[in-house]
Amino acid sequence: MSRSLRPLVATAIIFIIAYSLAVMQFPGMFSTRVLGNFLTDNAFLGIAAVGMTFVILSGGIDLSVGAVIGFTGVLVAVLISWAGFHPLSAFAIALLVAAIFGGVMGLAIHYMQVPAFIVTLAGMFLARGGASVITQDSVPISHEFYSWISSLIIRLPGGGRLSFIGLTMVAVFIVGALVAHRTKFGSYVYALGGNPVSASLMGVPVARTTVGVYMLSSVLAALAGIVFSLYTSAGYPLAAVGVELDAISAVVIGGTLLTGGYGFVLGTFIGVMLLGLVQTYIIFDGTLSSWWTKIVIGVLLFLFIVLQRLIFAASAPGEKAAEKG
Amino acid sequence: MVDADYALEARGIIKVFGNHVALDNVDFGLRAGEIHALLGENGAGKSTLIKILTGAYQPTTGQVLADGVPVAVDNPQQAQKHGIGTVYQEVNLLPNRSVAENLFLGHQPTRFGLVDRRKMERDSRDILERYGLDIDPASELGAHSVAVQQIVAIARAVELSGKVLILDEPTASLDRNEVERLFEIMRDLRAKGLAIVFITHFLDQVFAVADRVTILRNGKRIETRALDDVTRTDVVRLMLGKDVAFSGATGVQDARPLGEVLLDFRNYGRKRSVHPFTLSIHKGEVVGVAGLLGSGRTEMARIMFGADAADEGEVHFEGKPVSIARPTDAISKGFGFCPEDRKAEGIFGDLSVRENIIIALQGKLGWFSALNRDEQMEIAGKFGEAMDIRAASLDMPIKLLSGGNQQKVILSRWLATDPAFLILDEPTRGIDVGAHAEIVRTINRLRDEGLALVVISSELDEVVAYSSRIVVMRDREMVAELSGKDINPGVIVQAIANHKEGTAS
Amino acid sequence: MMRRILGQLANPQLLALAGVLLINWLLFPNFFRITWQDGRLFGSLIDVLNRGAPVAILAIGMVGVIATKGVDLSVGAVMAMAGAVAATLVVAGYPAPIAVAAALTVGLLCGLWNGFLVAVLDIQPIVATLVLMVAGRGIAQLITQGFIVTFNDPVLIFIGTGSFLGLPMAAVIAIVLLVIVTLLVRKTALGLFIEAVGVNRAAASLAGIRSRMLLLYVYGLSGLCAAIAGIIVAGDIRGADANNAGLWLELDAILAVVIGGTSLLGGRFSVPLAVVGAIIIQAMNTGILVSGFPPEFNLIVKAGLIFLVLIIQSPLAGRLFPARLRPVQEARK
Repeated sequence: MSRSLRPLVATAIIFIIAYSLAVMQFPGMFSTRVLGNFLTDNAFLGIAAVGMTFVILSGGIDLSVGAVIGFTGVLVAVLISWAGFHPLSAFAIALLVAAIFGGVMGLAIHYMQVPAFIVTLAGMFLARGGASVITQDSVPISHEFYSWISSLIIRLPGGGRLSFIGLTMVAVFIVGALVAHRTKFGSYVYALGGNPVSASLMGVPVARTTVGVYMLSSVLAALAGIVFSLYTSAGYPLAAVGVELDAISAVVIGGTLLTGGYGFVLGTFIGVMLLGLVQTYIIFDGTLSSWWTKIVIGVLLFLFIVLQRLIFAASAPGEKAAEKG
Repeated sequence: MVDADYALEARGIIKVFGNHVALDNVDFGLRAGEIHALLGENGAGKSTLIKILTGAYQPTTGQVLADGVPVAVDNPQQAQKHGIGTVYQEVNLLPNRSVAENLFLGHQPTRFGLVDRRKMERDSRDILERYGLDIDPASELGAHSVAVQQIVAIARAVELSGKVLILDEPTASLDRNEVERLFEIMRDLRAKGLAIVFITHFLDQVFAVADRVTILRNGKRIETRALDDVTRTDVVRLMLGKDVAFSGATGVQDARPLGEVLLDFRNYGRKRSVHPFTLSIHKGEVVGVAGLLGSGRTEMARIMFGADAADEGEVHFEGKPVSIARPTDAISKGFGFCPEDRKAEGIFGDLSVRENIIIALQGKLGWFSALNRDEQMEIAGKFGEAMDIRAASLDMPIKLLSGGNQQKVILSRWLATDPAFLILDEPTRGIDVGAHAEIVRTINRLRDEGLALVVISSELDEVVAYSSRIVVMRDREMVAELSGKDINPGVIVQAIANHKEGTAS
Repeated sequence: MMRRILGQLANPQLLALAGVLLINWLLFPNFFRITWQDGRLFGSLIDVLNRGAPVAILAIGMVGVIATKGVDLSVGAVMAMAGAVAATLVVAGYPAPIAVAAALTVGLLCGLWNGFLVAVLDIQPIVATLVLMVAGRGIAQLITQGFIVTFNDPVLIFIGTGSFLGLPMAAVIAIVLLVIVTLLVRKTALGLFIEAVGVNRAAASLAGIRSRMLLLYVYGLSGLCAAIAGIIVAGDIRGADANNAGLWLELDAILAVVIGGTSLLGGRFSVPLAVVGAIIIQAMNTGILVSGFPPEFNLIVKAGLIFLVLIIQSPLAGRLFPARLRPVQEARK
């Protein structure tokens, strides 16, 4: 088995075992209702995590994701509720703003040659501060378009509901997987994460790819912000604090190497579902407190980091001994 | 005027960096269907010339012509468009991606805007077949040996460029069978009309595969000749600029009695790194280590110093068995080690010359008996003077010094610890003549002062000059220990080559 | 001698600090006014020192980590854990010294854990410390059982809000720590070894420096500093808030270190300048507050500050202003 597949398989197996155990304890967890809610409740996280997958695959990191979600929520809410824009035009504006925002971060990372985490940290401060400067309170959104979207639901047998935003996440994952694995841009992203020097010698447009990756991440974060505003029908500057950490965790637990170059978009989906499972389990249990989520995520993160370390260190690329026999 | 014979030509190239002339009016012509070796010592200007041909550098003056037409080559992609492909010493591909993707990256066949993976893998299989590789194109490149990766790199370069192939030390980390396989591919490509530039350090390989040779020295083109017309001695003479002509042993051997045994390695080895060897080293002697790159000579040095732990055999120091599992074990017994890759493992680029000199001594003293600034200055000053380190100030960052001065600093670092045993891995590689002489002088002086030294060098006449014994490494194994009259380049070359090359005239 | 001191004063960090203070003074003329009241000093400047102390303490620990080419993302979470431990123990009736010692031990252990991941398992620092950053806050909540644990212990409160020689206790602790750590790294060879490991770990190991031990110490110190900051913050609000104590302060600490001129790529570092960096951040913070801007404005200013520092340190700037910064670029190659 190719070694990049191993963490993914590990994630999938852990998810199946964990889910089976949970179902054995609470048979109620095996229902279309719970599965449908899985998708809805984690939609914004999942969408943001797809963007984060690209960033991490390229060897970077994006700490601004949560702040962009919060900023987008506020921007959309203000445009709709205060300025009277139609939600669709508000969405378009928000996505455009995010694209510019991500593009600038990408430019800074590439041309100033500084670690991505410090640039996106500045981005986080900027987006969070910007949102708070616009408003410090939660801005409710009541627009018929929002009610209409909430009513778009596919009912499943067994009482489950597939919501619009849940399906949006699934669609983003499918498109994301196609882009990552079946386009030239995707191959450039992996190339960058594998070895930027080689990539550039092989003709990968490094600047364009870097900018594209951060642009994609910010746009998806903005989409996540829109989804979040559909989910909560409000915009709040301190919304989604720390979501970047959840997204990073989902990506890593989903089998993507944090140093870049290896991983799958689908893995991130399983990672997000695993995080959702932990949360749902804790809610079902009732006696466990919410902080266990963080602790379990931390433990999973640790396990996967060590696992990757073992898999990727044992046979470092280029070691002759492996094949000489 | 236009010589259409040349697939690629560099005419009157001058390249100046600051006040250093890297290339001085160099002409270089490459014909279709030839393998053209480019030879020169380190610093002769080979890599500068290659970088100009591939667009990484722009010449200060002069022209690059493809098929007789002047072309501007601004970057590697443009070079590719003019049919020039390059394979670098370290395989510059992506070990994390599939073989097929490495062949096609940036040029993947697409269907409906998506990469057509099936076609890409089918095409890859055809290409790989032509290079005699039967591997799964979908497999990860990093899972294959360096040789296979190297061939994939060549295949990519040829597929994308198709006219000129530049091979920059492609054989550095290959074993002999792999080199042979590479040569077959090169001959095959030559037969198909490709023009190939071949850069290597190994003369045997030049004579085995190349048609013509161009020799650079100090930024000037010395000679371009057909290899049928020259002997090895000619080539070496042209490269070194003097008639060393392998003058044979120098008189160091049996000149003086050896001191007592300092170190005794018995069946000392490490799996996958270096086969067990037995070697005793006396006080006041230099043991030279000869062997090609990848022969296990550096690995031998590393386990002697504890940089890698030995997993077989034992070592006795001054007659007592000791354990050397870490560099600190070695240093506490008075060992010192100047590694081959000065930049990666030797210098602390941002730290000052002073700190670079005292660091090993300070490491030996521990954290709490810190040398103060004055003491540091005194030590650094003393060795700076003794070794003739040319630095504007001892407080300047070492990375601003020339390679030769950096090497002197690293040597000083160990001398400051008052060592009993020094391991020098290629101490004179890539440094200027003056520093070279200084380091050789120092090696002689230290030997006379009673130190034991192990010196690894690929410059045979140099090793011959100061060694009292020479150990020859091949395929990670110590294959010969030469002394007395056997210390001469001819014998060493034969030992390295396992008598295969009768040409070591 | 005099000239050397003057030369050291004319560095960009101190000039920047002077600039920020000057702007504060222009916006708020009473900024430099300090009064003596109830045996302690009051005034905006004192406030800057007091409020800046936790980040300064974090920066004192962080600077060593960053100098080794690492980063410690977990310090904010460790602060929350240490505060939670101290608060829970005093509430459970243990004497304050034991509570403080336990909190410090927890911080040290967290730091050593990070150091273990980085030095022994060879995991990249940003990844290794992410584990505790995520899990640490959960553990802190586990300790406090999700409540804000309030206490009346006079010792803890004194650590957070008391004063010594007229100066706020937090600032005094930061100053003492600054002096100790500076002496520790500069009067022993520790500082040189840290820089050597940061510049070139392979070479350091061959030169006989036990880089693993060193990394353990450095991360351990960072954890310990985080615990101290955590105790101060808990004492200040008379309670442990597992959710918010130290939230995002790791980023402020990193920023302080970067402002202090230590490169994120490791190497040369300065503990005092990192503290100056922390004071600059706090002075901006206070300036924005006293001049009536909304506190969120601070985030935007901080973002601008990061970009400014990055631009100054970037190779691009090296090309515009050749002389000094060029080598940075070479080193990256």
